[in-house]
Amino acid sequence: MTVKIEDKLFLDRFKVDDESHLKIVDGAICMTQCGEQPCLYICPANVYKLEKDRISVSYEGCLECGSCRIGCPHLNIEWRFPRGGYGVRHKFG
Amino acid sequence: MSEAFDVAIVGAGPAGISAACILAQRGVKTIVLERGEYAGAKNMFGGVLYGYDLARILPDFKERNCPIERNIVESRIWYLWQEGGYSISYRDRAFAEERRLNAFTVGRARFDRWYAEQAKQLGALVVGATVVTDLLKDAAGRVVGVRTDRPAGDLAAQVVLLADGVNSPLAVHAGIRPEPRPVDIALAVKEVIDLPEEVIDERFNVGIDQGITTEILGSTTWGMNGVAFLYTNRHSISLGIGANLADLARERVKPYEMLESFKAHPMVAPLIEGGKSKEYLAHWLPEGGYETIPQLYGDGYLIAGDSAMLFNALHREGSNLAMTSGRLAAETILQAIEKGDFSRMGLQSYGERLRQTYVLPDMQKYRRFPAFLEKHQELFNKVPELTGLAAREMLTVNGVSKKKKQRKIWQTIRGKMSLLELMRLAWEGWRSVK
Repeated sequence: MTVKIEDKLFLDRFKVDDESHLKIVDGAICMTQCGEQPCLYICPANVYKLEKDRISVSYEGCLECGSCRIGCPHLNIEWRFPRGGYGVRHKFG
Repeated sequence: MSEAFDVAIVGAGPAGISAACILAQRGVKTIVLERGEYAGAKNMFGGVLYGYDLARILPDFKERNCPIERNIVESRIWYLWQEGGYSISYRDRAFAEERRLNAFTVGRARFDRWYAEQAKQLGALVVGATVVTDLLKDAAGRVVGVRTDRPAGDLAAQVVLLADGVNSPLAVHAGIRPEPRPVDIALAVKEVIDLPEEVIDERFNVGIDQGITTEILGSTTWGMNGVAFLYTNRHSISLGIGANLADLARERVKPYEMLESFKAHPMVAPLIEGGKSKEYLAHWLPEGGYETIPQLYGDGYLIAGDSAMLFNALHREGSNLAMTSGRLAAETILQAIEKGDFSRMGLQSYGERLRQTYVLPDMQKYRRFPAFLEKHQELFNKVPELTGLAAREMLTVNGVSKKKKQRKIWQTIRGKMSLLELMRLAWEGWRSVK
């Protein structure tokens, strides 16, 4: 089953900051030492995508759950909350 | 923000606001710091709150126009495989009458905002759009305030209450709690699906303002340790699914694909047919249980709710544990103010108070339950199909004698599971919840 995550994220409201609150510390680790790359699967907003030579980070749709931070086998993701007032804004919750 | 407060509370959720209400009522100078633009902006849960715990903080919550979606009169439990499933439910007149609002659904964006408003009316200061980035400590290591992401955002307080939720980089950074292991966390995704109020009344066979909860186990989580749920709101349905984060990583499952397949299940699809999704959310559940509860207080601080990993995974209770632990933290703080002692010793009655209520006893009772689920993955892969096929066989009228049917069912089961496995499952299951 293929699900378009964009359709789901489209339902949500975000106040997007200019700067990412998620950062891959060392991109080389993802490409050379990380066989599992669980960030590509576990993220409920599909923030992490495999590009030709790196993993890209679409922080704009982040739902701020924290799974990538503790799920990364190399603890290679620098994770902080978006600045106060930024990020996802629940309508119903 | 160079003002000094008696109490700084991190997080305007059920734990933090409960504490703020108790403290503000007693004239304690209290500030609540919330990272969302408004209380509830970042918060989500399955959907059920409990009247008992809320009434201990605001006895007149109904008169204060608490934004209740539906009063729960029936609880359903489903055990599903791909093709169908078992359903057991319990409905009781008492929950519609004298025990009304024992449990009720809410949307957190509205409820938390309303709850924070009550704390404000009682005299607490609730400040949104502010992330607490660190705890301030003195030379002796005592917590003496918080650092926020606002310019000149340091804030002094006699005592700090951490009520910032299960995902707390702050508690980890400040050394109050270790980072949870993926195996101790369930990642849940949820959709809120709009449907007309009368359609929900009809589909769930309930009267006006009445609702149901459904907790769902089985192969819906694709063989992983997890649970799904379906709750009725006034004119929407909250539907979600969660699985152990370590399982999701190992099985390489995208949570929203699991959600979509759950929505298509033959027992779920008719209930949401014609509905329109209006929100998609994700959140952690602290499922590690009793063993993962951190030290709950120390010099100048306490920790409550989800951030303290207080969650009863078997009974799907969390918001009530948050409210009550928040209230007990506030009562502990009141006593500390009286004695002028905010040290670890001065705050130690918090642990006692949690033990005297249901909070820690319930956590302790089910301390083996998380490990049981982790160990017995057959509950989520083999058993749903075997029990489903058994029911299908017994209910199919096709001229075969019942004795022959039973023999066939038993052979199928024994082909997949040994007698020892079955006995171990039953025995360890009983031991984990007794």
